[in-house]
Amino acid sequence: MTDSLDFLRQHLGRAASMLLLAILVLASGCAPGSQTGADSESVKLVVTGSSTVAPLVSDLAKAFEAEHPAARIDVQTGGSSRGMADARQGLADIGMVSRSPKDDEQDLQWHAVAKDGLAVIVHADNPLDGLSGADVERIYRGEIASWQELGGNDAPVTVVSKAEGRSTLEIFLKHFGMASPDIQADVVIGDNQQGIKTVAGNPDAIAYVSIGTAEFEAAQGTPIKLLTLDGVVPSTAAVRDGSYPISRTLHLVTAQAPEGWVAEFLTFCGSTAAQPLVEGQFFVPLEAGGTLETPGTLKAAAPAPRTSTHG
Amino acid sequence: MVDHAWMAGLRLAAAIAGGVVLVIFGFLVLEAWPALRSIGVGRFFTDPGWHPAGGEQAAFNLTPMLLGTLAAAIGAVLLATPLALASAVFCNYYAAPAPATLYRRLVELLAGIPSVVYGFWGLVVLVPLIRQIEPPGASLLAGILVLTIMILPTIALTADAAFRAVPETYLQAAAALGLSRPTLIGSVVLPAARSGLSTGVMLGTGRALGETMAVLMVCGNVVQTPSSLFDPVRTLTANIALEMAYALGDHRSALFVTGLSLLLMVTALVLASDGLTRRWAVDAGGHG
Repeated sequence: MTDSLDFLRQHLGRAASMLLLAILVLASGCAPGSQTGADSESVKLVVTGSSTVAPLVSDLAKAFEAEHPAARIDVQTGGSSRGMADARQGLADIGMVSRSPKDDEQDLQWHAVAKDGLAVIVHADNPLDGLSGADVERIYRGEIASWQELGGNDAPVTVVSKAEGRSTLEIFLKHFGMASPDIQADVVIGDNQQGIKTVAGNPDAIAYVSIGTAEFEAAQGTPIKLLTLDGVVPSTAAVRDGSYPISRTLHLVTAQAPEGWVAEFLTFCGSTAAQPLVEGQFFVPLEAGGTLETPGTLKAAAPAPRTSTHG
Repeated sequence: MVDHAWMAGLRLAAAIAGGVVLVIFGFLVLEAWPALRSIGVGRFFTDPGWHPAGGEQAAFNLTPMLLGTLAAAIGAVLLATPLALASAVFCNYYAAPAPATLYRRLVELLAGIPSVVYGFWGLVVLVPLIRQIEPPGASLLAGILVLTIMILPTIALTADAAFRAVPETYLQAAAALGLSRPTLIGSVVLPAARSGLSTGVMLGTGRALGETMAVLMVCGNVVQTPSSLFDPVRTLTANIALEMAYALGDHRSALFVTGLSLLLMVTALVLASDGLTRRWAVDAGGHG
């Protein structure tokens, strides 16, 4: 009478072998890309990291592959932390990181590709058009129960925040001088898209997402609204001229000084040819030639608060 | 000769299936070990919260997520089991053959729908509905309802199979005694099929405990011990899925502790269920 055990064994066994298969497939897919010189016939670069940066790098990679038919660039997401870890361990040739380096991350080479800002968004039906930074902070600290206190509808605020480890959360916390236990969230989300869907489905929700993505979705007719912050309209233009307060610089990182195809690709990312692609992803291009910053200048800039115009 | 080869092949297959589970268990322990050593087991139950990326003030309390996982799974099993039993009883003892077959196919179809579809449906239909009763909508209740629909076919199909395995002679004997249909089902079929039924419930519970995507989309994922059905909760699986891609160092290791605790939970479930089945077997032997 051990039917149930046998049944379970059968199922666990099947699940386990499928898992093993998946692990094998993944493992073979994660093998380090061959990093040979520009003279070799065909080369594959592996780029992993931030889901914010990935669509841009995919576009850049396509354009680069069109110019260099021998090159294949494989772009995978998994977050800024993974981008740095993979670059360090040699699992990826280039890592994507959606923020500036911290002090203990100077072992990597940092190459800025574009700028982005964080927009505070609400549902399109929300009567409010803007908030002060102090109000946003009070909302996220759980000090405001109803939109009525801010001149909105008589409805409880649904606070949408991001999961631990996401760079969007880190930038948000840093800007408002908060720690993650201070946030009293009603919904915790993963990526920008989940945030936009949550706000689009809930007229009383508030969230913070990448300006580029939010601008794009709002233009597509998704019922969300980008709130002005202290009177500044969140837009890619405001990020460019530095007037929008919450912005960040998107980076590519490499373990060593780039050479061969990696260097070629990084140079391409900073070239004027890349700028329309950066704008196409609703990011803000840096000045041409800004890509290959030397680690020295970054080291000097790193201790400055990341909330400033620098990102 | 053929028999020997067959035997060896089966042994190998069984060893692989069993070995994989052990390898996964070992891998989890290995990856979780740094956190268990540097953080200590106690802190996973006593820390003031779950803030694994907090540097010096990092906190790693898994208790709210353990409770959230249990609450969602138990709620779903409590809702799904009666529905599934009713469905299997209907199929076997009340419905005419043609509708019963059609109904079985429908339930099988329900079992084949990918979890992300349930999750998406929950996010765009169920969560806004619940929000109208009590915001924010993404809640333990939403998770329980989505899980109920997901495990219902698992339990219903196993129960259906268990009912069909009840020996025909039992039914004939019951008919000869002039038992009514409800008495037949309550006093003969259910006791005879209980081992199969408990398997179904256990498989359903396992699926509810392990489900990730659908739960991640509808539960709100706030780390807190729920005080009502309308509170958002985070399950252990959602915790891993949300943070694994972004985790480094102790944080990453703590997520493996999350996975390990989930595995231990399922192990406890299997042992409990096995114990129960064994006791029933002894009972049945005693009576027979």
